Amino acid sequence: MLKQIEGSRAVAEGVALCRPQVICAYPITPQTHIVEELGALVKTGELHGCEFINVESEFAALSVAIGASAAGARAYTATSSQGLLYMTEAVYNASGMGLPIVMTLGNRAIGAPINIWNDHSDAMAIRDAGWIMLFAETNQEAIDLHIQAFRLAEELSTPVMVCVDGFILTHAYEQVEMPSQKEVDHFLPPFEPAQILDPNKPITLGALVGPEAFAEVRYLAHRKQLTAMERIPALAHEFAMNFARDSGGLFHPYKTEKAKTIIVAMGSVCGTIKDVADDMREAGHSVGVIALTTFRPFPFAQLRDALKGATKIIVIEKSLTAGMGGPLAAEIKLALGKSKQTLYSVIAGLGGRPITKDSIRGIVERVAHDELPDTTFLDLNWDVVNEAVGGAHTQLIEKHTNHKPKS
Amino acid sequence: MSAQFASTLEVGTSLKNHTGSWRTERPVYVDRLPPCNNACPAGENTQGWLYQAEEGNYRAAWEEIMENNPFPAIMGRACYHPCESSCNRASLDSAVNIHAVERFLGDRAIEMKWSAKTPASKSGKRVLVVGAGPSGLSAAYHLARFGHDVTIVEAGPAIGGMMRFGIPAYRLPRNVIDAEVKRILDLGVKVRLNEKVEDIPAMMGSEGFDACFVAIGAHLAKRVNIPAPDAGRILDAIGLLRDLESEVPTAPQIGRRVIVYGGGNTALDVARSVKRLGQEAIIVYRRTREKMPAHDFEVQEALEEGVQFHWLRTVTHMTGESITVEKMALDKDGYPQPTGEFETIEGDALVLAVGQNVDTHVLDSIPGVEHDKDGVVKVNPSMMTGHPGVFAGGDMVPSERTITVAIGHGKKAARNIDAYLRGTEYVPSPKHALATAERLNTWYYSDADKQVQPMLDDLRRRNTFDEVVGGLDESNALFEARRCMSCGNCFECDNCFGVCPDNAVIKLGPGNRFQFNYDYCKGCGVCAAECPCGAIEMVAEEI
Amino acid sequence: MQEGTQRVKFYQTGTLTVGNRLLDVELRTVQATTDRSNAITSGHRACQGCGEALGARYALDAAMRASNGNMIAVNATGCLEVFSTPYPETSWTLPWLHSLFGNAAAVASGVAAALRTQGRHDIRVVAQGGDGGTTDIGFACLSGMFERNDDVLYICYDNQGYMNTGVQRSSATPPTARTATTPAIGGEPGNIFGTGKDVPRIAMAHEIPYVATASVADLHDLEAKVTKAMSMHGARYIHVFVPCPLGWGAPTNSTIRVARLASESALFPLFEAEHGEVIASSPIRKQVPVEDYLKTQNRFAHLFKPERDEERIAVLQQMADRNIKRYDLLREEVKA
Repeated sequence: MLKQIEGSRAVAEGVALCRPQVICAYPITPQTHIVEELGALVKTGELHGCEFINVESEFAALSVAIGASAAGARAYTATSSQGLLYMTEAVYNASGMGLPIVMTLGNRAIGAPINIWNDHSDAMAIRDAGWIMLFAETNQEAIDLHIQAFRLAEELSTPVMVCVDGFILTHAYEQVEMPSQKEVDHFLPPFEPAQILDPNKPITLGALVGPEAFAEVRYLAHRKQLTAMERIPALAHEFAMNFARDSGGLFHPYKTEKAKTIIVAMGSVCGTIKDVADDMREAGHSVGVIALTTFRPFPFAQLRDALKGATKIIVIEKSLTAGMGGPLAAEIKLALGKSKQTLYSVIAGLGGRPITKDSIRGIVERVAHDELPDTTFLDLNWDVVNEAVGGAHTQLIEKHTNHKPKS
Repeated sequence: MSAQFASTLEVGTSLKNHTGSWRTERPVYVDRLPPCNNACPAGENTQGWLYQAEEGNYRAAWEEIMENNPFPAIMGRACYHPCESSCNRASLDSAVNIHAVERFLGDRAIEMKWSAKTPASKSGKRVLVVGAGPSGLSAAYHLARFGHDVTIVEAGPAIGGMMRFGIPAYRLPRNVIDAEVKRILDLGVKVRLNEKVEDIPAMMGSEGFDACFVAIGAHLAKRVNIPAPDAGRILDAIGLLRDLESEVPTAPQIGRRVIVYGGGNTALDVARSVKRLGQEAIIVYRRTREKMPAHDFEVQEALEEGVQFHWLRTVTHMTGESITVEKMALDKDGYPQPTGEFETIEGDALVLAVGQNVDTHVLDSIPGVEHDKDGVVKVNPSMMTGHPGVFAGGDMVPSERTITVAIGHGKKAARNIDAYLRGTEYVPSPKHALATAERLNTWYYSDADKQVQPMLDDLRRRNTFDEVVGGLDESNALFEARRCMSCGNCFECDNCFGVCPDNAVIKLGPGNRFQFNYDYCKGCGVCAAECPCGAIEMVAEEI
Repeated sequence: MQEGTQRVKFYQTGTLTVGNRLLDVELRTVQATTDRSNAITSGHRACQGCGEALGARYALDAAMRASNGNMIAVNATGCLEVFSTPYPETSWTLPWLHSLFGNAAAVASGVAAALRTQGRHDIRVVAQGGDGGTTDIGFACLSGMFERNDDVLYICYDNQGYMNTGVQRSSATPPTARTATTPAIGGEPGNIFGTGKDVPRIAMAHEIPYVATASVADLHDLEAKVTKAMSMHGARYIHVFVPCPLGWGAPTNSTIRVARLASESALFPLFEAEHGEVIASSPIRKQVPVEDYLKTQNRFAHLFKPERDEERIAVLQQMADRNIKRYDLLREEVKA
């Protein structure tokens, strides 16, 4: 059914179609509308057979989900930013115990300074936590990824995080195709946990593991992610068969065939980038786009393959590892291996700064003229920086830059 | 998908981890000798029968007593219960009223007409018992149960000895004696009364006895030389008490005021008896009340009944209607010393209750039998005199002279006679170490006041020989039995089973106690510390 | 009061021993029965004489009986978790889940919610943790579980410090006690006065259905409280006093004796509260001065040597006296 609704509501309705049994939430902008809507759906009875628990913190929210999942319930929660960090210990714990929890992350910057607007700093902060991490490009994909996420989580006994850009998606009204309950039920069977707390067949869950087995535990976590790498495209395919649209998968290539320059990005910004690519192709630039959906597991080989025809690769990402640069770019670099392709890392859209088509276009043009250093901060206000550091920054940047642009 | 490797585990798998290897000390269950058992002259397993009684198994409790002592009803009245004097419960509140429970059991046995266990087979051996007092009866009972043919020969007209002639009816009703004696006779023990044995070896030879137990008591009253114009007014206590044992006790014709000289239980018995016959009773004793050998409860009861006491006095002479006494003072060692001050006490008769000697007449003719100047016969640890096959016990051998001691002698002699007759040697089982109070964890014994036996009202106590002290009813007796702390011996309270942090105690079920599972016991010692009765000991591991 | 949980007077050993062959079977403790569940079984790696291992078995076995074995336990990180579940062996015999140090109450809420939504109303949920995991790091989750009145019985095993990490101070550490982070040096040796929190009373402030304190020294009382708690629904809290011989510097065999002295001195009062109101307390049987308790443990040794610290002992006695007054601990037992 086609609906023109807010992203948060779309996510909420999509999640509700997945028949979660326990939802716990603590309010944090910009995730609030999702859980408000779910709370209402539970309260009205539209989402029945579900416990909605108002907890006292995000740490409690994910902890309640952990308990619920271990006791055999399909559990869901949502958070953002500081909330994610506040529950970080539980984030690792959920994956370590193999609990198939699905969590929406309404992506938002992390303070200080406190900032409620969108970037991917929060997701990047827990990228090593062992969760499968999927990034939605559109509200439609946000719905669809949640449906796939539950299926994936429960098949593999691992938690899945669906990243949805705060405000840009969560608060945007878009037309979406909301699947029917029947369709979702067909795709997503009832939860059959691999391990469950049951008095009839008691187990100990969450044992202490020492040096004699910890490495194996970690290796198996890695292996599970590699398994997911194979299941994610398969599920996307199955989803396409059932719902008649492409959603999910490892990434979405856009006009990358024979493209000399490929831009890689995650989330909603991919739409803007594709527009720019279209415009620039008309202007004679051979530009393609890869919208990366699956950040964990990271599809190194598949990306290398998808990028092999390009000579220049631009990674535009909404996060910064201070002192290192763009984490996504670093991983793409790793994917490229010993390739001679040039990688440009563009840090953009931090703390909700709009990423405009003009700016992207500018980047592509500068790359074309080999004018871009290997790390660029998009639309940085140099006056402010200069004032803060007394104008001494330029030499420092150049000193630590590998690729020296012409100008 | 299977469960998460390593962080998900199969339950109960830690049983593979034998933490017993941590131990430096191991707990072991021990049995200790309860002080009551240790103190019992008759060797009763007091704690053992209380254990049965507290479950309401009165028959089993009574049978446990009967293993060692055929007189539970008599004991419950006439024994001075050294068990209670040594009872560890005294350190908590007050001693268990053991004798009252024993009396309850004895009375119930009489009421229910329970009989003693008969021997499995006859030995064909014959044993002569001389004297039908407690010691002789006890020996006869045990010998009969060993399967021997026993004949008691008694010089007097009745069975019971000092139980009958030394203890007034108000303390020990005669029907109680009769009932418990009858039970022994029912085992086939023969008694010949009014027959004075003159020559034991000859009798044994002529009648074919294989062994003899002599227990003729000590009934020659000791005399002290007290000048008196009329020696007839000086009587001995034992003789007087015996005279009271006629069908209807009547007051000896000795006047209105009777002075009893002595501080032992016999003195009290005389004083309280004559009081009941309507006479005034005055006790004169050379030391203080505290120093009296008589039990304090007897003194107390005598005082309640109107017996007068003159402490710290010795009798110097008797005149027509009074005696002259000299005041005494205790020296620093507690011995009475004359003060040179005299006073007179009005009195019509003087009863000497200053002890008894053994009439050694019957033994003098037996080769090898020795005795000291008071007639106390020497016996070896097997109770045998210097003459093989002739054993002796009771008041006539060196010991404290109580009926319970006498009963104990009878048992001990019987065991040795049995061994003698079988050509073996009786070896008593080794005794456990004493269960002392400091080994107990008395926290676990909840507060329970001693159950008090009812007392006859004062009026009836002053003029009848009705039994002064009543018995406990069943609920009181049960309560009292349950006050037993089972010192030194497991009574299956489950504490060790419960308090072990390592589940390392195995409960074996009712009556079977517990055992340690040393696979897991870490040796913390909590079980031993929390064992109420001190039945667990920590022993160092050899490392 | 429920059948089977009421106090009975028993003259020989009272209700104070674990069992007693003379008691009716239904009046004996769960621990006296050979079919107790041994929720935490042998082979665990708790120190010798561990009060927490004992308290956990006492409490969970009682809860297992009350729930007919239909129970799930959630455990906070801490000694209890570490010594019971080192891979590849676990000592638990019931479904048991450990997540984190500070979230046991929330995880238990989640388990309860999952059971509710699956219609498994027969299965009960117990959460447990040490004092650190309860009164400190787990306090927010605990309070949240309380205020939501989630159907969870939370049991805190209070050994008054962070024993698993090497005996550091917690908010349950009593004043003057020496710990690794409150050494017995300086002008105010040990933990200082005026600190710490009384979580049972804080729990009461949530007006949850049931709050109780219990001790490994009084098994009958502990079991009665667990049984009662299990008969109720909603958030319930039981705070169990469990001495730590190692951390407190007490002989390994003194665990129960120390706990007994804590209650008999009134430093650890035993009481019950329903919906925020105290409804019962256990009167002191044989009162002892606080120093009888303090002297059993090296963590208080500085109060007695080199010389007696009269002032601090007096203040501790005042704390005990305050408990006596607050919970009416010296009243005459009402005779049945």
